[in-house]
Amino acid sequence: MNRAWLLARRRILSSIPVLLIVVIGTFFLLEMASGDAVDAYLVTLGGDAGLAQSLRERYGLDQSALARLWLYAGSLARLDLGFSVAFNRPILDLILERLPNTLWLMGSAIAMAFTFGTLFGIVAGARPGSAADRALSIGSLALYAVPSFWLGLVLSLVFAVQLRWFPTAGIETIASGKTGFARALDIARHLVLPVSALGFIYLALFLRMMRAGMAEVWRQDFVLAARAKGLARRRIVLRHVARNALLPLVTMLGLQAATMLGGSVVIESVFAIPGFGRLAHEAVAARDAPLLMGIIVVSAVLVIVVNLLVDLAYAWLDPRVGSGEASS
Amino acid sequence: MSSFLISRRSLLQGAASALVLQGALLSALPSLAHAEDAPRGGRLIVAADSEPRNLNPAIVASNGVFFIASKVIEPLAEAALDGEGALAPRLATSWEGSEDGLSITFKLREGVTWHDGKPFTSADVAFSAMEVWKPLQNLGRIVFANLDAVETPDDHTAVFRFSAPTPIQLIRNALPVVTSVLPKHLYEGTEIANNPANSALVGTGPFKFAEYKPGEYYRLTRNDAYWGEGQPKLDEIIFRILPDRAAAASALEAGEIQLAAFSQVPLVDLERISKVPGLKVVTEGYEALTYQLVVEINHRNEILADLKVRQAIAHAIDKNFVVDTVFLGFAEAATGPVPQNAPEFYNPETPEYAFDIDKANALLDEAGHPRGADGTRFALRLLPAPFFSETRQFGDYLRQALAEIGIDVQIVANDTPAHLKAVYTDHDFDIAVGSPVFRGDPAISTTILVQSGIADGVPFSNQGGYANAELDAIIAEAAETVDTEARTALYNDFQRIVAEDLPLINVAEWGFTTVASTRVVNVGNNPRWAVSNWADTGLTP
Repeated sequence: MNRAWLLARRRILSSIPVLLIVVIGTFFLLEMASGDAVDAYLVTLGGDAGLAQSLRERYGLDQSALARLWLYAGSLARLDLGFSVAFNRPILDLILERLPNTLWLMGSAIAMAFTFGTLFGIVAGARPGSAADRALSIGSLALYAVPSFWLGLVLSLVFAVQLRWFPTAGIETIASGKTGFARALDIARHLVLPVSALGFIYLALFLRMMRAGMAEVWRQDFVLAARAKGLARRRIVLRHVARNALLPLVTMLGLQAATMLGGSVVIESVFAIPGFGRLAHEAVAARDAPLLMGIIVVSAVLVIVVNLLVDLAYAWLDPRVGSGEASS
Repeated sequence: MSSFLISRRSLLQGAASALVLQGALLSALPSLAHAEDAPRGGRLIVAADSEPRNLNPAIVASNGVFFIASKVIEPLAEAALDGEGALAPRLATSWEGSEDGLSITFKLREGVTWHDGKPFTSADVAFSAMEVWKPLQNLGRIVFANLDAVETPDDHTAVFRFSAPTPIQLIRNALPVVTSVLPKHLYEGTEIANNPANSALVGTGPFKFAEYKPGEYYRLTRNDAYWGEGQPKLDEIIFRILPDRAAAASALEAGEIQLAAFSQVPLVDLERISKVPGLKVVTEGYEALTYQLVVEINHRNEILADLKVRQAIAHAIDKNFVVDTVFLGFAEAATGPVPQNAPEFYNPETPEYAFDIDKANALLDEAGHPRGADGTRFALRLLPAPFFSETRQFGDYLRQALAEIGIDVQIVANDTPAHLKAVYTDHDFDIAVGSPVFRGDPAISTTILVQSGIADGVPFSNQGGYANAELDAIIAEAAETVDTEARTALYNDFQRIVAEDLPLINVAEWGFTTVASTRVVNVGNNPRWAVSNWADTGLTP
């Protein structure tokens, strides 16, 4: 437990400068894009010069970029994410409202990809070169090559529009009044297609990594020893080969959590899920710098937390990891 | 009336033509009984592609807001296919302007209550006009600029007093858009722009605002105390937020939603979707929401300041090709700054620019821009507005069309805020593709496209540095001409001069399409249908 705490503290402290760089970088990137939040808003309005001016004054957009960055950094230091011009609401409310949907989507996609990727990887890696291995390898390569938005559209056309097994879009049935278990089931039904669209590419990735890792472990001496001992093949595959091949996958899990957050922008739009990725897209389109920075800070924290969990899992899987840090 | 029907018919195309008859029948019946008998009850689920940041139509008079809010908050009058001045009374039952144009008297509907039970009175109208429409509303700031005071001699009479003569024609045409009435008792003494009722709307309309789940839906429920007899028909309307265009079409096909308006189903999908059993494509209901495809011109560019060059560009554009290819037939070639389906103002006798490459080349030669060794005469930067896929596609077409006459066009693609800033604030363009809206009267949002002296940064206005004293004089005179006929005549001149001098080039004009389940009745039965109150819209089982 002590070791875990030390690891966590070290990670959190080292992430503060990262967060700072991310915030400042985002701010200036968005500042370089032409047009501000009032321009984005006026497209729906038209209106006269006085209107634009009064809106800019109201939202402090008439101040210089540095002054605005300073104000924002100040409020962020007080853990206040500020107010969204584009949505006319506090940013914290928006984020808390959208985050759970994305966490569900990403969590399910990662869990699905990791579980099935590992399982199929073990099947393929158990007998490298077998018919099952070849079929799975080709299948995963094909899956890996398909872009997720296209997969999303095709899945929606086939399973929602043609077969009508699943709903086309949304996170749950609108104003259904469902509660408890019925509601959970309803959300699960809505998540099947987006989770598949988002997760399949990672499933393929995990499958291929697992298979490659196992193929390598098979050649190691300790496997030879296990065979010489006369262990059952099943036991060798699961206890010796698969377990050792699993370690790099756990590392990958942490890395993919970040890319998946990017992938959810597209999937959330295709399936009309009010999530974090869609919010980020809307923030850029509306030139809402504080909102985008809020999203990025929270995403960065999310990625840091996931990686911390991965580190802890790693330390648990492989006792050699982290012992050096703990003693320092 | 008949000419109106003809122009509407010509807007309709292909698969939708069967609906013309239905529409013609509907509009031929008297307005009170014009509704098909719709059954009571049911929940209508409609696709919405955006969530307005401020849902209050009295402050933000825009189609995105009206689409949802017009069911809850009512204007004084709504556009109609027939009736006095093509208007249907809503909260006002009659309106009369004084001879001198200094006052307009509205008689208000009696026995109307707000959704919270309080009675609707002239005090609400006076408050809305003086505290909201005139100071805060994007269009009201222009239309009611000269409004001095609103007198309320009794609970059901409101007299608008103007400081300068104000044409009744303008006010009448603006009524559906600028006069959404707010409840004074909820807004008085509060900061109006931040009032919670701007999102949880309270109005007098056929539907009450029930619930908003950000990113998911808006839910409206039946107002049992609505003044319209036997209305509304539906129990519930849900606006489901579907930002992806393909998602709206899929949801319609899967039967999850029953209606998608404002061309949310893209034109390229219409032919396929019109063949899906149980779905219909309706092109009516947008006659008073005409969008115009224009080429905006920066007259600060010396080459473009030459009329011959602008004429050459106009001759190089094959408008019919644009209508058939970019709009797949769901548009009309434009002749000038006022669209053909605004019969009150449209002037058909304006100079036309036939598609003629030879003439365009000759004009450019005359203007002193011979082709260089590589065949090009000069280069221009083109900024196509990103608002519609059609504005972007037309930008691609324009590039090719101008290459034919030796103009080398570079396309600069921006997203919405960047486009607005580049064109309307920084003037960093040579030509741009724009999509202004004709809002029933040229004075509301059309004259501003060519008028001089407009401050930098006003979107959808003349930011091309064009100045024409004759046009400015006509615009100023029309703004104070109370007599309807004289005012209309001034706008005839306005259209002729714009077509002659080409401050901008009008290419096409288009309305939108609605795709609905065949179960939905009374779709598109007024010229602003998508943004009207849907009190007579029903669902058959």
